[in-house]
Amino acid sequence: MARKTVEGSFAVAEAVKNCEPDVAACYPITPSTHVAEELASFYANGEIKAYIATEAELSSMSACIGASAAGSRTVTVTSSQGMALMHEAVYNAAGMRLPIVMIVGNRSLSAPLNIWNDWQDSVTERDSGWIQIYCENGQEATDAVPQAFKIAEAVSLPVMVCFDGFYITHAVEPIDVPSLEEVKKFLPPFRPAVKLDPKNPMSMGEYAFPAHYQLFRDDLQKDMVASEKKVKEIHDEYAKMFGRSYGSGVLEEYRSQDAESVLVSMGSVCGNAKEAVDQLRAKGEKVGLVRLRLLRPFPYAAVAKALEGKKIVGVFEKSYSLGALPPLYGEVLAAAADLKSRPVISSFVGGLGGKDVTVGNVLELYGKMKQGKKLVEWV
Amino acid sequence: MAEYEPLFSAGHTACAGCPMPVIFRHILDITGPDVVVVNATSCSEIISSAYPRTAWRVPYVHSLFENTPAVASGVANALRAQGNDHTKVIIFAGDGSTYDIGFGALSGMLERNEDVLYVCYDNEAYMNTGVQRSGATPFGARTTTSPVGRVHHGKEIFKKPIVDIVAAHKIPYAASASIGYHADLAAKVRKALPMKGSRFIDVLSPCVPGWGIDSAITIELAKMAVDCGIWKLVEYENGNFKLNLKPGQRRPVKDYLSKQARFKHLTEQDVAKIQAQVDEEWKKY
Amino acid sequence: MLLPIAKPGTSRENKTGSWRSQRPETDTKKCVKCGMCELFCPEPCITGVEMGKKPQERSFPKTDYDYCKGCGVCANVCPVKCIKMVPEEK
Repeated sequence: MARKTVEGSFAVAEAVKNCEPDVAACYPITPSTHVAEELASFYANGEIKAYIATEAELSSMSACIGASAAGSRTVTVTSSQGMALMHEAVYNAAGMRLPIVMIVGNRSLSAPLNIWNDWQDSVTERDSGWIQIYCENGQEATDAVPQAFKIAEAVSLPVMVCFDGFYITHAVEPIDVPSLEEVKKFLPPFRPAVKLDPKNPMSMGEYAFPAHYQLFRDDLQKDMVASEKKVKEIHDEYAKMFGRSYGSGVLEEYRSQDAESVLVSMGSVCGNAKEAVDQLRAKGEKVGLVRLRLLRPFPYAAVAKALEGKKIVGVFEKSYSLGALPPLYGEVLAAAADLKSRPVISSFVGGLGGKDVTVGNVLELYGKMKQGKKLVEWV
Repeated sequence: MAEYEPLFSAGHTACAGCPMPVIFRHILDITGPDVVVVNATSCSEIISSAYPRTAWRVPYVHSLFENTPAVASGVANALRAQGNDHTKVIIFAGDGSTYDIGFGALSGMLERNEDVLYVCYDNEAYMNTGVQRSGATPFGARTTTSPVGRVHHGKEIFKKPIVDIVAAHKIPYAASASIGYHADLAAKVRKALPMKGSRFIDVLSPCVPGWGIDSAITIELAKMAVDCGIWKLVEYENGNFKLNLKPGQRRPVKDYLSKQARFKHLTEQDVAKIQAQVDEEWKKY
Repeated sequence: MLLPIAKPGTSRENKTGSWRSQRPETDTKKCVKCGMCELFCPEPCITGVEMGKKPQERSFPKTDYDYCKGCGVCANVCPVKCIKMVPEEK
């Protein structure tokens, strides 16, 4: 393991390379461009066997589908409009049960056009059948990569590693990048049960009539729900081997066990939230943070447990569902629905299109939560 | 001798008389089993691979309608990355995905010169969804989205010259063929198959319901299209153009058009216009 | 785990011969064993001519009525017109 002071994108790209994918298929898009560029450099140096410079993101995901069906470990990188353009193939990859890993530098969706961070791109794809891991910093994103491949290949489901555009993709931090040899010990070679093989000529991507289609979707749902356990297991295994852990692997409880007032959020903003918690704790306020790491499958039981006995809960998210309650808020409400004494749960949305969310903003949130239920208050 | 087992099996659910399965079978007879087929959403996908059955005896993958060239790029790159330099990758796609919705992905694949043989079975409209016009629908043809009305009479623009467009990408091989001239098709597949890089063959495949024809005459019409000069057998081999067949005496296009309900509405003048257009094109050769 | 996959050649479980409203019948007195019917049969359900052999060593075409949809392509491409399409109804 080598500690480097590098941009998040570079560390993540190196982690991808050390997972030895056969094929990377990418189309550059801000703010995840540096990951794609770095993978192209690895290819140029012979460290990745194939790099397909596609003509559009839809083709990146499609090339991953082909490569994965052919039995290769495969990866793509995207953000924002790129993911929106991929949409059809994103669903298709999950339905075909292909363990593709997608690195997502989270960014807003147009219009208006905006290149900065929020989570609307990957949150919009939450129903697609992809496991989604949201990372707080460059180190976590780097560590999530080998875990993502291992999870994907263990449960035959694709995985997104989501990290905030610019805040993490472009932030230079000291990061420990697991080496090729270390990753080899953690991540076994990809050996799919079925692949495109002339010696065993199966047909993949079949068409399904009404008698079968729903059976496939039901099976996918059950396996998605069951994958939460695997996400935890593999996180724990990684933690044991590399000495770094992120809560339980599905969520992290930061000074929240004895808290009365808890904020729930994801991603890089949790760095500021932790600072706010520390400041309030120093003043004697019983506050804490629950940082979700896994948005899909949604860890309902773990969230319920983390919120048990709390009086006040606020959900802060950089995502929105126009015409409805914000997605993360809706999930937290559902998770808390069966608690014996339900906390007052407020919804806050902010940071859209890169609008800065400071420690001061988070401190204000804790103040507002105490005043009673807030519904979709903008930050 | 063991019973011949085609690599595209009976029991597929193509319409009676559809020549598309004949195209697949003839091509797979040449490739043999060391091949991966990548299929676009199309009639061919629906009739061949409805769960839990399949007509394919070779490894086969279908993903979506417009992304087949990219999927095949992924397959080809994966096989080569795995050290497999022998298994051929073949696309079977219809004209809808080739000429229209997958055209960007096709161009990308050709620009990268991916090691893929692309076969378009060209039935000149979106037949799978009930005969809507495509970029491959010829001038004058009636489809459900180029209907014959009081003002407009069938498709009013000419077919996209796909082979020329594909060849302009400077790939090693691009050709047109017709299932009515099976030996020419076989020769082209034999020539293209061992080449490295992108190869493309557009094969005319008459459609029983889409063209409004008797199921018995699909092969006959595929031949007649060539004999009247409406469909040319050509190839670009490393950029060098060749006309593969020049009919000594071209049959009148009327013979071909009059057998098809999609051209039933054409007036004498319309037919004369199409004939004149074909005559004009043949002046080049 | 349920995968949308299938085993090779399983389409043969679909007996598409049930679609047929007319059946091809070959007059072996006229048949020259050229193999055109076999070559262009869309299913394929015509076999046995063995076109790889010399004409005198070939056999007459055999039609597998389990799969024949009765399209009539064989009758149409036959150069000596020895295949007749006969209605299925009695």
